[in-house]
Amino acid sequence: MQKFTRLTGVAAPLFRANVDTDAIIPSREMKKVSKEGLGEGMFADWRYSDVANRVENPEFILNWPCFRKAPILLAGPNFGCGSSREHAVWALQDYGIRCVIAPSFGAIFQGNCVRNGILPLVLPEPSVAALAQAGTPQLLTVDLAAQSVRVPDGTELPFTIAPADKEMLLEGLDAIGVTLKRLPAIRDFEGSYRARNPWLFF
Amino acid sequence: MGLSLVEKLWARHCVADLGDGTDLLYIDRVLLHERTGSMALKGLKEQGRAVRHPDRAFVCMDHIVDTLPGRSDTTIMPGGTAFIQETRAAAAEAGIRVFDIGDDRQGIVHVVSPEQGIALPGATLVCPDSHTCTQGGLGALAWGIGSTEAAHALATQTLVVKRPKTMRVRFDGALPPGVGAKDMILHLIAAHGAGGGAGYAIEFTGSAVSALSVEARMTLCNMAVEFAAWTGLVAPDAKTIDWVKGRPFAPKGDLWDEAVADWRGLVSDADAVFDKEIRIDCADIAPTITWGTSPQHAVPLTGHVPHPDHATDATAAQARRRALDYMGLKAGDALIGLPIDGAFIGSCTNSRLPDLRAAAAVLKGRKVAAGVRAICVPGSMQVKAAAEAEGLHVVFQAAGFEWRESGCSMCFFAGGEHFGKGERVVTSTNRNFENRQGPGTRSHLASPVTVAASAIAGHIADPRSFLGEG
Repeated sequence: MQKFTRLTGVAAPLFRANVDTDAIIPSREMKKVSKEGLGEGMFADWRYSDVANRVENPEFILNWPCFRKAPILLAGPNFGCGSSREHAVWALQDYGIRCVIAPSFGAIFQGNCVRNGILPLVLPEPSVAALAQAGTPQLLTVDLAAQSVRVPDGTELPFTIAPADKEMLLEGLDAIGVTLKRLPAIRDFEGSYRARNPWLFF
Repeated sequence: MGLSLVEKLWARHCVADLGDGTDLLYIDRVLLHERTGSMALKGLKEQGRAVRHPDRAFVCMDHIVDTLPGRSDTTIMPGGTAFIQETRAAAAEAGIRVFDIGDDRQGIVHVVSPEQGIALPGATLVCPDSHTCTQGGLGALAWGIGSTEAAHALATQTLVVKRPKTMRVRFDGALPPGVGAKDMILHLIAAHGAGGGAGYAIEFTGSAVSALSVEARMTLCNMAVEFAAWTGLVAPDAKTIDWVKGRPFAPKGDLWDEAVADWRGLVSDADAVFDKEIRIDCADIAPTITWGTSPQHAVPLTGHVPHPDHATDATAAQARRRALDYMGLKAGDALIGLPIDGAFIGSCTNSRLPDLRAAAAVLKGRKVAAGVRAICVPGSMQVKAAAEAEGLHVVFQAAGFEWRESGCSMCFFAGGEHFGKGERVVTSTNRNFENRQGPGTRSHLASPVTVAASAIAGHIADPRSFLGEG
């Protein structure tokens, strides 16, 4: 997994409430059993005026030249709600998004971000709204270790993150590998658990 | 201080406290489907890792399979066949059971796993599918995860999970006629917002929940995720235990007796403290329907489309304006009487036998209005067979409904079948997002009886005027 430490880049404003994973990657854009190439289908229904022929909608924010390569997305509350499809995160990643800043996230989406090296950064709604409404492209610096976002006027906005998520992102950990180190403890647990709940085992 | 049911289930599955409010939880069942489960199996294989307990993992073919008669691995969805075949091959290689096309147990994973006794009270279940919370209706701790987490659960039989806050939602009093679990959950989400349950595991309680069938409790829990909850559940009771008894994968003999003795203790203590409580008087709930593009955009069926300016804040107001534009509606429009093009009964929310019975009671002796495409997709082949044994298929077909094979079908648009651009559809599904049921399709979420009544009327209609007649 790609590590996330510090990132400086343009933040693209997509400040809408309840943007769901169907909007981030429509189901029909998941064309094969693969994580590859999903960036092209990201926000397909909003990004293209003709989805089939990939004709871009010039009004969609990520199609503006100044935001086209933004690695940071400024999103509204409950971003990534809806389905569990990890393809939404793989699409953002494939497109080049490394950090999404929002007042809140869909829980499964938030977990999926962390497991794929994308920082789901929570800031209070007025802060995100203010950043999103600045009008001109803003260059933000996100420092995960310091848990702060530096905005162009020099202000530092602190943020909180679950320590386990922070560690996973900073270290780019292989979560399965980490848990498998605990296999003896899992086996011990399993033994006594099975004795207490034998009906759950085949 | 007493413990809530969620806290009790958490404690019994906790392998290790990892600090900072995060635990390593033991997972009893891993469920997969061909859309996202395929990626979990592929991920493991690429890493050279094995599935630890393949006997406790199950695959359902549901998302991409066709629901048309005579179906095969060929699907309308571009690339769909590869998802089906690669998942089947990966499951076989890992030694995981598959409820495949052609199996009389095939169906939607959240319908099949309770029906087969795979989902059990008190168990932990995960699936790379957000509606896994459905199984909470049996008193299981069940939640949706991503594909990477599913691979973790398969490889280790555990997951690293942050302890959720607890919420109790109490539905008291009797439900008015024509009002069911779907109306209850839409009412809750409309009142408290689509983000209202964020961070919480919700226990649904109260006299109205006790009175619900087990299937209706699953409907209630199914949409906990549309409330942004981590999961929802209902404590198991005698009704639950009766419902589970005799199901193929449920315990038998002495093990059954041991299980029942345990399940009887799966209740929140009287002095349990919840982080949040919501009380709803069921007398206040009417048949409910969505008008917009979020499940929170819901109003009583007899109501009107609200004005964007009356939203709680500027962000919500902006979302309402977008929704009105997408839905082709304006503030103040009445919901009843809006002409419809489609009617859909199916999905993990409302495709179980009681849902089909309720809809058939409305449809019996009546005809779907001209110009309305009406489709019924039973949630599983077992539901379909049971419905046919009662003759419900005859009622649906005589009314003019298509009667399908089981699967997720047109709950979402995967590139195959869909309702048309700008078409207005009343649907028993769980999501009215933009383009969910097809590019530009306008979905109104409602109960199966409201869908049936609307199909007959040719416009959004009040099911109460159809009940007890026909």
